[in-house]
Amino acid sequence: MRRKLAPYLLALPAWAWLAMFFVVPLAGMASLSLTSGNVITGFSQTFNIGNYLTAIDTYGEQIARSLFYGLSATLICIAIGYPAAYWIAFKGGRHKSTYLLLLLLPFFVSFVLRTISWKFTLSDNGIVLGTLKQIGVLPADFGVLNTAPAVILGLAYNFLPFMVLPIYAVLERMDHGVVEAAHDLYASRVQAFVRVVLPISLPGVFAGGLMTFIPTTADYVNASVLGGTGNTMIGSIIQTQYLVNNAYPIASAITFVLMGVLLLGIFSYARALGTERVMEVQAK
Amino acid sequence: MTAITAARAPVATPAPAAPTVPAISLEGVSKTFRSGRETVTAVGKLDLTIEAGEFFSLLGPSGCGKTTTMRMIAGFEDATSGVVRLDGKDVTSVAPNHRDVNMVFQSYALFPHLTVADNVAFGLKRKRVPAAEVKQRVADMLELVELAGHAKRKPGQLSGGQQQRVALARALVNRPRALLLDEPLAALDLKLRQAMQLELKRIQREVGITFVYVTHDQGEALTMSDRIAVMNGGYVAQLGTPAEIYERPASRFVAEFIGTSNLLPGTVTDASSEGSTVRLGCGADLRIGETLDAGEAVDVTVRPEKIRIGTAEPDPASSRVPGTVADAVYLGSATHYTVRLADGTEIVVFRQNADDVTADAIAAPGSPVWLSWHPTHSYVLPENSGPTDATQGSHHRA
Repeated sequence: MRRKLAPYLLALPAWAWLAMFFVVPLAGMASLSLTSGNVITGFSQTFNIGNYLTAIDTYGEQIARSLFYGLSATLICIAIGYPAAYWIAFKGGRHKSTYLLLLLLPFFVSFVLRTISWKFTLSDNGIVLGTLKQIGVLPADFGVLNTAPAVILGLAYNFLPFMVLPIYAVLERMDHGVVEAAHDLYASRVQAFVRVVLPISLPGVFAGGLMTFIPTTADYVNASVLGGTGNTMIGSIIQTQYLVNNAYPIASAITFVLMGVLLLGIFSYARALGTERVMEVQAK
Repeated sequence: MTAITAARAPVATPAPAAPTVPAISLEGVSKTFRSGRETVTAVGKLDLTIEAGEFFSLLGPSGCGKTTTMRMIAGFEDATSGVVRLDGKDVTSVAPNHRDVNMVFQSYALFPHLTVADNVAFGLKRKRVPAAEVKQRVADMLELVELAGHAKRKPGQLSGGQQQRVALARALVNRPRALLLDEPLAALDLKLRQAMQLELKRIQREVGITFVYVTHDQGEALTMSDRIAVMNGGYVAQLGTPAEIYERPASRFVAEFIGTSNLLPGTVTDASSEGSTVRLGCGADLRIGETLDAGEAVDVTVRPEKIRIGTAEPDPASSRVPGTVADAVYLGSATHYTVRLADGTEIVVFRQNADDVTADAIAAPGSPVWLSWHPTHSYVLPENSGPTDATQGSHHRA
């Protein structure tokens, strides 16, 4: 009897943690999102669906922009991260851990600091643009800061390891003999990659995609530091509504709308990649 | 050593009649690797001809160059020097995907994301064989390896033996000029391995394709091969049929690597063109066919199953030595004796239990016995053959 209970008892702290810090606040926020009132007179539960309508109506643009930024950053992360992971896993030899450490090294510095340093790097007369302007490659009035690309680049930079690590894990674990087997069975280098390596590594891309897309879409630091006024992301709106305007009901409603949109995105993404197949290979 | 397997070596199978063009030929092929500042020779100046339809084994301890040799035939390694020919055509610098040979990998290297049928169809699809023909050939091949019911499964859902057969089918379905097998049975348990040995031999006879088989297991090589190249230190130590290699090892390395051998130290006392006499440490004189130098210190070799053991004094015309039983291990069909000679040398003897041995006097340790064998069964081996001196001794399996 005791033995059967042991696994559940061991999982108890985790369950308690989840209940206390996830389920309870989530329920509280769901309830809050349906109230009316303000911070001075207090909030009362009125099942006010209007909060959601306001959220979608007023902030639809920012939500769409956030999804676009998140998606772009994720695609950039795949484009940069996949070759990096591939190179470390296949060509890293005995220095694999060193390369991974190098990849992670910048992340020992705080997220906000890193983003602010990007601001210096990308500033109109900073190291990169200033130099390029001096040697005449770029016109003097060229600027990146406070544009959408600046935010997307910042997001991609900040979340790159979350893409590289899961892809690396899959590539590292797969039997590298399959590449030789593909060559042996008349596949060219490109065919071997497209037909064998890529499909086997899809679970890693899937996991990396989730781990980049969700936090980048909800991020507010990059947009605030690198984006300027015209490129506000939904994360910044939620933050302002909660902490500056103290408009808790509307802030909660936006949060839930964002969650809903993200979940929808994830499910269609899983559908497109074929989760079942993806999970099966991963279980192998 | 798996002496029992070795003991049932097949009688000399005649090598298939040699057609004009060999399936595979290696001409002066060598491979050196850079390891830091040192250059390591994996394969040194190898000349090898493998006939069409032959079951040919590359046998040797790990690091002997057998796998490198196979990978050069497959195209995964570039030869440092020399020429690799398939069907007479020089393919030395041809990429693996353009060589008409297929490989069965030690790890199987099946594609985990594809079904069994898609794994087998992979090569045919790359060669743009029409879909209907692909389907037919895949079905036929799965039939041949007895996996017809598993076509829709993923490799992860199969047992080790089944995965092994998928790997075999995936290579064979392309009807290559030669099939290269890199220790394909190494991951299977003993019983399955023995069953698969017979299975492989059956399939090879059925499809008639040249098999090149890399293994470190002498029993496996003896059971299946038409010819064996025993490799050591990057060179071929001996090339021949299983019986030739077992019965007449060309060097001490081969004798010790294949089966069990007794080595009796002695000194040559008399030599003529007809042969030599060797006085063993225990005082017995043995007649040897080889002409040696008088006074030379040599080791006389004799296989354990060639030796007769008994209490009666044997015919003086045979080679014979007296000793005492040190140990007797009853194995059912046979008994393995360890017999100690007067000077302390130990000789291993395998005796078939043809008669009832329950009341056998020689079964007891300490009993005095006579060992005897036909004079042609003992011989003196050259220390080495070929330029393998540097690696001698460190590789043989005890």
